[in-house]
Amino acid sequence: MLELKGIYKTFNRGTVNEKKAIDGLDLTLEDGDFVTVIGGNGAGKSTTLNLIAGVYPVDAGTIRLNGVNITNLPEHKRAKYLGRVFQDPMMGTAATMGIEENLALAYRRGKSRGLSYGINNEERKLYREKLAILGLGLEDRMTSKVGLLSGGQRQALTLLMATLQKPDLLLLDEHTAALDPKTADKVLQITESIVARDNLTTLMVTHNMKNAIQYGNRLIMMDAGRVVVDIRGEEKKNLTVRDLLDKFNVESDRMLLSE
Amino acid sequence: MEFFASLLSALPGAVAQGLIWGLMAIGVYITYKVLDLADLTVDGTMATGGAVCIILMTNGVNVWVALVCAFLAGMLAGLVTGVLHTFMGIPAILAGILTQLALYSINLRIMDGKANTAINPNNFDLLVSLRNVRSLTIENPIFVAAVFTIAIIALLYWFFGTALGCSIRATGANPNMSRAQGINVNFNKVLGLMISNGLVALASALYCQYQGFADVNAGRGAIVIGLAAVIIGEVLFGRIFRNFALKLLSVALGAVIYYVVIQIVLTAGLNTNDLKLITAVVVAIFLAIPYWKGKYFRGKMKIPAAAGKEATPNA
Repeated sequence: MLELKGIYKTFNRGTVNEKKAIDGLDLTLEDGDFVTVIGGNGAGKSTTLNLIAGVYPVDAGTIRLNGVNITNLPEHKRAKYLGRVFQDPMMGTAATMGIEENLALAYRRGKSRGLSYGINNEERKLYREKLAILGLGLEDRMTSKVGLLSGGQRQALTLLMATLQKPDLLLLDEHTAALDPKTADKVLQITESIVARDNLTTLMVTHNMKNAIQYGNRLIMMDAGRVVVDIRGEEKKNLTVRDLLDKFNVESDRMLLSE
Repeated sequence: MEFFASLLSALPGAVAQGLIWGLMAIGVYITYKVLDLADLTVDGTMATGGAVCIILMTNGVNVWVALVCAFLAGMLAGLVTGVLHTFMGIPAILAGILTQLALYSINLRIMDGKANTAINPNNFDLLVSLRNVRSLTIENPIFVAAVFTIAIIALLYWFFGTALGCSIRATGANPNMSRAQGINVNFNKVLGLMISNGLVALASALYCQYQGFADVNAGRGAIVIGLAAVIIGEVLFGRIFRNFALKLLSVALGAVIYYVVIQIVLTAGLNTNDLKLITAVVVAIFLAIPYWKGKYFRGKMKIPAAAGKEATPNA
C-alpha cells in the first residue's frame, strides 16, 4: 500500500521561475491497484512519480510504502521497492551493455552487489524464458548490446527489468509516449499482462485518455499539483472518453490538446 | 642505415617504457571509458606512486611491499577526487585538478622536500631496470612489465565481470538506470576512481624503478599520454577487439605503439623539447576524428538496385 500525505514540492523557489509542482497532494493506493494518471502538462504527474522514486526530495509531507516511511531514503535505496519505466526509451537501459547484462543488473535490485559472478547460467535460463514471453525474439539475442534495439524493444526490456524482482510499486511514466501507436499498443499489452500476472500495484502516467480508461481499475486526474478526479470500480469500467470530457469539462480543453 | 641501427638499439627501451605506461593507460581507460569521467588526478598520482615506492625502498622496505604501498597511495588520491566530486558536488574535471595540485605538495613532502630522488640499481633489488633492457633473462623489464600487464588485465577482467564490477560499468553507461536499479552511483564512482589511480600509482612505481629515480614532475602531461594510448588502441584494434580483456590489451598495445612512434621521431632528429607539443597535437587530432566522422562524412549508403523494396526497421 502506498500512502502520500500532504506532499508539497516547489521548484526554483524564490526565483522568477518558481513553479509550484505539487500542492498538498494526498493519495492512497491499495495493494493491487492499477491506477492510470492523466492531467495536462505541468499538472504534476511526472513530479509525483519522481518524488515517490526519490529523484528529488519533497518539501513537506510523507511517503509510506507498505508501512515503511521512505520519504528520506536516497533514490538507490528506494529502488529496492520500486520498478520504474521512463518516457525516454534511452533512460531505462544501459546501451553499451548486453541484454542479459542489463537483466542481471535488474535481477540484483535491492540486493548487495559483491564479488560473485555478475551473471550465471541459471539466471541466463530464467532470462531466456522471461524474454520469450515478450514475444519480440529477444531471447535469441541475449548478448546483443541494448543500443542496437528499437525504442519499443527497449521499453519492453525495461518493463521486464522493472518487474524481474517483484516490486512493491510499479511506476510507469508515460512509458509508451515515445513509441509509434502500434508499438505503444504492444508495450501496453505486455504491461497489462505482467501487472495482472504478478498482481502489481501500479501507477501509470499517460497522455492518452483512451488508454487511461482501457487499462487499470482506477483513474485519477491531476491538476495544479493535486488529485482533482478519482474514479474506480464499476464507474471506471463503464467510463468512456465522452463521459470523461462531459463530466470534467473544466479540464478537458487542455486534455484534448494533449490527447 | 645509421638511423635504423640507432632505432633498433633504442627500440627495446621504448617497448619497455610503453608497457609500463600501458598499465597507467589502463587506469585512464577505467575512468575515461568505463566510468565516463575525465580524471586529471593521474598527473599527480603518476608521480606519487614512484615517490612512495622509491622512498620506501631506499629506507629498506621490500620492493613488493613498496609496490603495494604505492598502489594504496594512488587509491587514496582517487578517494580524495571521488569525495570532492560526489560528496562535495565538484565537477569531475575540477575535482581531479584540485587533487592533482594538492598532490604536488604532497609528493614533495613524501620525497623530503627534494624534487628528485635516485635509487641505485646496484644496491637495491629492483623489479624493472633500464640496464636490463637488452638482456635475455627474466629480469628484462619488457618481460616483467608484460607479466604485470597480463596479470592486471586478468584481474580487471574478473573484477568487471562480478556483480560489483558490472554495477560500475552500468554507472558509467547510464547513471539514471543504475539508480533505478538500486546501484549506489556515487560509491561506484569513488571506487572506480580509486582503482584507476591505484593502477596509475603502480605504473608510476614501476616506471621510477625502471628509470632509477623518482621525480616530482614525472606526472606532467600523463593524462595526455594515457588518453593517447586509449585512443590509439581503440582506433587500431577497436574493430577486432570486442571482449573487455582484449580492449584492455589494446590500450596496453596503444601505449607501446605510442612510445615506439615517439622513439622513431626522436631518432629521426626531433627536438626532445617539442615532444609534448607534438603529443598534444596528435591526441587532439585523434580525439577529433570520431566527431569529424559523424559531422562531415555521412555513411556511404548503397542504393538497392531493385527499387520499391522498402527497408523494414525492426519494430
